[in-house]
Formats: sequence, C-alpha cells, structure tokens
Amino acid sequence: MSAVTPDAVHGHDHGHDGHDHDHHMPTGWRRWMTATNHKDIGTLYLFFSFIMFLTGGVLALTIRAELFQPGLQIVRPEFFNQLTTMHGLIMVFGAIMPAFVGFANWMIPLMIGAPDMAFARMNNWSFWLLPPAALLLVSSFFVPGGASAAGWTLYAPLSLQMGMGMDMTIFAVHIMGASSIMGAINIVVTILNMRAPGMTLMKMPMFAWTWLITAYLLIAVMPVLAGAVTMLLTDRHFGTSFFNAAGGGDPVLYQHVFWFFGHPEVYIMILPAFGIVSQIVPAFARKPLFGYASMVYATASIAILSFVVWAHHMFTTGMPAVTQIAFMYMTMLIAVPTGVKVFNWIATMWRGSMTFETPMLFAVGFIFVFTMGGFTGLMLAIAPADIQYQDTYFVVAHFHYVLVAGSLFALFAGTYYWIPKWTGHMYDEKLGKRHFWLSMISFNVTFFPMHFLGLAGMPRRIPDYNPFFTDFNQLATVGAFGFGLSQVFFFYIVLKCIKGGPKAADKPWDGAEGLEWTVPSPAPFHTFEVPPVFEAPAGHGH
Amino acid sequence: MKKTVVRTASLIGVVLAMAPAFALDGQYNFQHPVTHLAEDIFGLHMLMFWICVVIFVAVFGVMFYSVFAHRKSKGAVAATFHESTTVEILWTIVPVVILLGMAWPATKTVLAMKDTSNPEITIKATGYQWKWGYDYMQGEGQGISFLSTLSTPRAQIDQGEWKGDNYLLEVDNEVVVPIGKKVRVLLTAQDVIHAWWVPAFGVKQDAIPGFIRDVWFKAEKEGVFRGNCAELCGKDHGFMPIVVRVVSQQAYTEWVAAKAAPPAAASAPATTDKAAPSAASEPKPAAASAS
Repeated sequence: MSAVTPDAVHGHDHGHDGHDHDHHMPTGWRRWMTATNHKDIGTLYLFFSFIMFLTGGVLALTIRAELFQPGLQIVRPEFFNQLTTMHGLIMVFGAIMPAFVGFANWMIPLMIGAPDMAFARMNNWSFWLLPPAALLLVSSFFVPGGASAAGWTLYAPLSLQMGMGMDMTIFAVHIMGASSIMGAINIVVTILNMRAPGMTLMKMPMFAWTWLITAYLLIAVMPVLAGAVTMLLTDRHFGTSFFNAAGGGDPVLYQHVFWFFGHPEVYIMILPAFGIVSQIVPAFARKPLFGYASMVYATASIAILSFVVWAHHMFTTGMPAVTQIAFMYMTMLIAVPTGVKVFNWIATMWRGSMTFETPMLFAVGFIFVFTMGGFTGLMLAIAPADIQYQDTYFVVAHFHYVLVAGSLFALFAGTYYWIPKWTGHMYDEKLGKRHFWLSMISFNVTFFPMHFLGLAGMPRRIPDYNPFFTDFNQLATVGAFGFGLSQVFFFYIVLKCIKGGPKAADKPWDGAEGLEWTVPSPAPFHTFEVPPVFEAPAGHGH
Repeated sequence: MKKTVVRTASLIGVVLAMAPAFALDGQYNFQHPVTHLAEDIFGLHMLMFWICVVIFVAVFGVMFYSVFAHRKSKGAVAATFHESTTVEILWTIVPVVILLGMAWPATKTVLAMKDTSNPEITIKATGYQWKWGYDYMQGEGQGISFLSTLSTPRAQIDQGEWKGDNYLLEVDNEVVVPIGKKVRVLLTAQDVIHAWWVPAFGVKQDAIPGFIRDVWFKAEKEGVFRGNCAELCGKDHGFMPIVVRVVSQQAYTEWVAAKAAPPAAASAPATTDKAAPSAASEPKPAAASAS
C-alpha cells in the first residue's frame, strides 16, 4: 500500500530553502491577493466557482420561473435570451471549469507528493484573471442593450447584432481562456516534473491522469475559442467578413471553429470528474480500482476522439451525406471508451466491502445519472434522430445529465471526500447524505421531464410555449427550485465544516489510498518539502 | 423507511422510463410521423431507446445488486482482483458490435434524407426576424409567394388571455402542399440563422443567410402540421412557427388557382386563370440549387 515517510510531511526548518516568506506571510486580504501557495489558490478557485455557481443558478431559476406557465409573465423575450446565454457562459466558464482547477490546485501536489505547483506566481495570475472576467460578464447585464443574448455558443451572425454586452463577453472569454491556458500549463509541468520518486506515470493517481489529459485538451482548444471570438470582434467592429455571407464569409464557419473548441470542452468538464470518481469508488469499496491501465487508455481515447466529432453539433446545418456519416460513426465510437470506464467502476464495486458515506453516494449517483446522459448522448449520435432532437429540450436534458449530474455531482463527491483534509474537520454526515438525496431527487424532477418535452417538440431557448407543454414545465420548475435550495444547504454544510466539527484523522476513510492521506489534517501550509517515498497501491502499473 | 423511499423512487423511475413506449403522439414521444422518412427516424429513435433500456437494465442491475449485496454492513469482505484482460477485451468488443448494428440503419436513413432529387414541387423558405417567407419555385403553384407570420394575438401572450390549442403554433398564411408529392424545400435566411422544423415530417434544416440548403418530404396524410423555428434567432425566436397544410391534389389545385388570382385584379380574372396552369405545366429549373 502507499506509504510516506512521516518526517517528509512538514518541517519548520525551511528558512534556508527559499520559503522564508512563510515566516512573515501576509495576512488578511493580502494573503489571498498575493497567494502563491497551491492550497490558498485552490481555496480561492473553489469559492470563486461556488459564487459563480450561485449566480448562474439565480439566472436559471429566473428562466424556470418564466417557464412555469405559458405566456410571458416575468421577463421579456430579449431578456430571457440574455438569461439563457449568461447562465450557460457563467456555469461553463465560471463555475464548472474553475471548480475543477481548484481541485487540481489543492489535490494534485498533495497526490503526487510535490511541494507546490510548478509556477506559483503564474498560478496566482491564472486565478486573479478570473474575477475581472466574471465582473465583465455579470456587469454586461447593465450596459445599454444588455448582456449577450446569442446563446452561450455565440453563433454568428446573431452575435454580430448584439450591443456592447457582446464585446464584454468576448473580452471575458479571452481573459478566462488565458487563465485556463496558464492553469493547464501549470498542471502539465507539475505532473510531469514534480512527482514523488518512484511514482511513474502509470502509477499516478487517476485524478492526476485525467487532469493531465484535460490540461492538454485545454492548451489545444482554448486558443481556438479565442480565435473564434476574435473573428466575431473584428466582424463586429473592424469591417471583416469572416461570418458575413454578404462580404464573402460563411456563418457556418463560426460553428465549425466554435465546436472544434466546444466538443473537447465538453470532455474538459467531465474527464476530471472521471478522475475524482475513480479515486472515491475504490476507497469506499475497499478494493483497488479495476482496470487502471484501461482507465488511462480510455481517458486518452476519449480525449483524442473529441477532436474529430465536433460537427455532430451541426447536423442540421446541412452537410454532405458523407460528412454526416463520418461524424456520426466517430461520435458513436466514443461510447466504447466511455463504456469501459463505467464497466471498470462497477467492476471495482463488485465484491467490494462497500459503505455509503456522502462521497460514495455522490460517486455512485454520478455513475448512475451520468450514464443516463451517456445513453441520450448515444441516441443523439445517430444523425437522422439527432436532427429531430437538435435544439429541443431533449438536448437540454442530455447535457444537464452529463454536466450537472456528471461534473457537478463529481465535484460534490470530491468536496465531501477531501474536505476533512482541507479543513481538518469532518463534515456533518447526516446533513451530507440529506444533501445527496435532495440533489438527486430534485435534479431528476427538474431534468427528466425535459426529455419528454423535447421529444414532443418543445424547442429550447424559447420564453413561451404551447399550453400542451405546461405540465412537464411546471414539474421542471418545481424541481429546479428544490435543486437550487439544496445547493444553499450544501453551502451551509461546507461552512459548518470549516467552522468546526469532529477532528478529522489524517486518513479519515479507511479504504482510501494515496499520498494526500499521509499528511496531517488539515493539510499544513507547506507539505512535501522533501519528496516522500512512494509505493504504488495494488492495481497501479504492471 | 429508506428502503421504501428507494423502492418508490425506482418505481417512479421505471414508470417514467417506460412511458415513451406507449405514448405516441402524446406528451412523451415524437409526434406521429406522416412521411416515410419520419417513420424511419421514429423507428431509429425507438431502436436506440430500447437498446439503451436493455443496456441500462443489465449494467445497473449488476451495479445495484452490488450496491445492496456487497456492503460492509452485511459482512462483505473485499476481494482483491483488479484486472481481467478477457473481461476488458470483451466489454470493448461487444459495444463495438452493438454500435455497428445501430450504424447500419442510421446510414441508410441519412442517405435517404439527403436524396432531394426529382422533386415534384419546390418551395423556397426564407427565414426573417421573425417570420417565414415562402416562394413556390417549381411545379404546380410556381410563382406563389407570401409571408407567414404568427397569428396568435399579443393579448394571449402578454396579458394572460385564454390560450387556444394552437397557441404560438398558428400563422396567418399556411404553407399548402398536396398529399403524396415529393416536395423539396430550399432554405435560406435574410438576417441570421433560423431553422425550419416540422416534426411530423422528420424535417429540420437550418436556414443560413447567404447560402441555400435543401430538404424534402412527401406527406402521406392530409392535415395541418405545426413546427417552430429551431435555431435561436433573437428576440422573437419563440414566435415564428411553421404551419404546413397537407391537402388532396384537387384541393391543392383549387388553392393554387385562388392564390394565382390577384385579389385586386378582379377585372381580369379570366387571363390569370389561363396564365396560371400554363406556368405550372412548364416548370423552369429551380432558380437556386443546393450546394
């Protein structure tokens, strides 16, 4: 089993090796403003993403309130479109992505036995780029013309019609892209260069693996998005015609470029979730992860395939039959490595000795509900059927199953799993379980009926609908408010855990593996100043 | 207590999951198909659905058995196995075979959908913010041209007035086509991207400014079929429906005649009546062709 020499954990004798700033560490807001410590930066990322999560949630609930019944009651159509656009952008770029980067910052150095991230100051810069970007996004609601209302995909030429809110969104995307690229470079360099002696790549924890692959995806596609929105900007203000047919451009070009970013982006938001679940399931099954090597290969396959499936988002644009068929086949192929992952998790659980503390509940819940999103994903891969599902609530249901029940549930699982290490306290198990059941039930009440709405013909992104769709919309709205309140409850559980609670042991989960459990709880400000000795747990590397 | 909750929840889940199977044309599934292509698509959709249900039951049957049986509280002792090349190869190969089974019918349908050749009637639909314009380009009715705008009164939308069955799905000028004729629709747009969607026909195609795309349908049933714009196109995206009325050949000919008679030119109805059929009998090639 994994082991570490305890004396490597923490030392007070770091005055000579460049850590002297530690002795007069800034306090108060300066500590956070000038933070270079991976744990502090991780905390910043996590709080930032939670604030953005609540912001995006308020927008979502306003949408659901308007959709509670047919007719326009609460918002005007133009504002409704701003809500859907900003909900998407804020959740993707403000909540989910930074939350995973927060986990990477906190956990990757602890899991691979590194003292910190490779580029500590760049780490600070990657985080502090985010609040101004978020401010640009949120404040765009208050400028003339309001926020961008072109959908989170910002399709041209609709996005060319928007007011200055669109320009603010473009700059926000640029800034967040820069932040992501720097974060990704940091993670790649940290993982490739700073692992504890003896931890070869094929002995790394799965979370490090999935993040390594995710980081490469980020470096590959964030510049593509930057290119897409820059072309929008020059089309809007500098007389170019990339997407304007009257000037020789092509509106569909935007979609190609956007989705070349957009599909890998989907995996950027789910691969680290796979990593978190792959840490948690073995811990609570008390059994090594099944098929470690095939897990790594499956992750890499998904990442590679993600670059050759983008046009499945565009089947209705009208492409030649051969193109449609090719993209359909490639998309269907993704089901294979994804299936391998699900089978591996279940095989890990099989004949284990399972307990169901909150992290495990969320992990099993993740497998169950994410796979349902996987099934609808497979249905969506079938081009002729996709053309009917496209831009309906069926798609809305699909991607909320993979992004909320997928990414978000994994983030909750990871939070409950590692929060004893972060705070030194155990969270309230009873409340945690309650949070799981509330989230799980209200999530399904919200999004399951959307499958039916979409099949029966309700388009997405509409502020008003035929009374035929009323029942399921009302159900979804009730569920959505329940889901929103459950997350306020989550915040309370986290705050309670930060303030106090039973003292957490260094390794609070008896089946957990990994170097992060060899340091005290809460993890001291500096860890692994001397590299630990690493022994691979069973099942890793052969 | 918890078990009851779990059982009730799974029962609800099963009922909800089964619902699509027995509700055609209801709230749960696609509208009833009225073209062969829409039937093929519906068949593909249900095939995929049932394959997913079978996999779902198999995979989660195993998982939930494990969740209930392999618990520490029931004295389960963890095994130590962590790989099996045979099993891992098997569950890579089997899905590939299942996927091939899905890909075959899907490919045939894609090819059929793309075959817009030899239409009997060609209609150009143009998306505007926020209405549709229709031009009958070829075949019987050639030369007919009109705009089609939402006819639901604003008071129903804004002031909570009573809403009819076709709320937001009704227009002033419906597209009229004859039953059993291959109709090719050319799609383009004036301003931003829209999408022309009639679920019962199995047709959805983006209308892209500056470009022409095409789709086709051959309706096998008379009736009125309704759809929406399916691509976010700005403020009134939710308020530009598509309504197609499928009529008998005779009714279609009458409609064409009525449309061709300019309402203002009541003084010379005879000339127009003669002109219209001759135009229809010598169809010109479609002015625009799909790229």
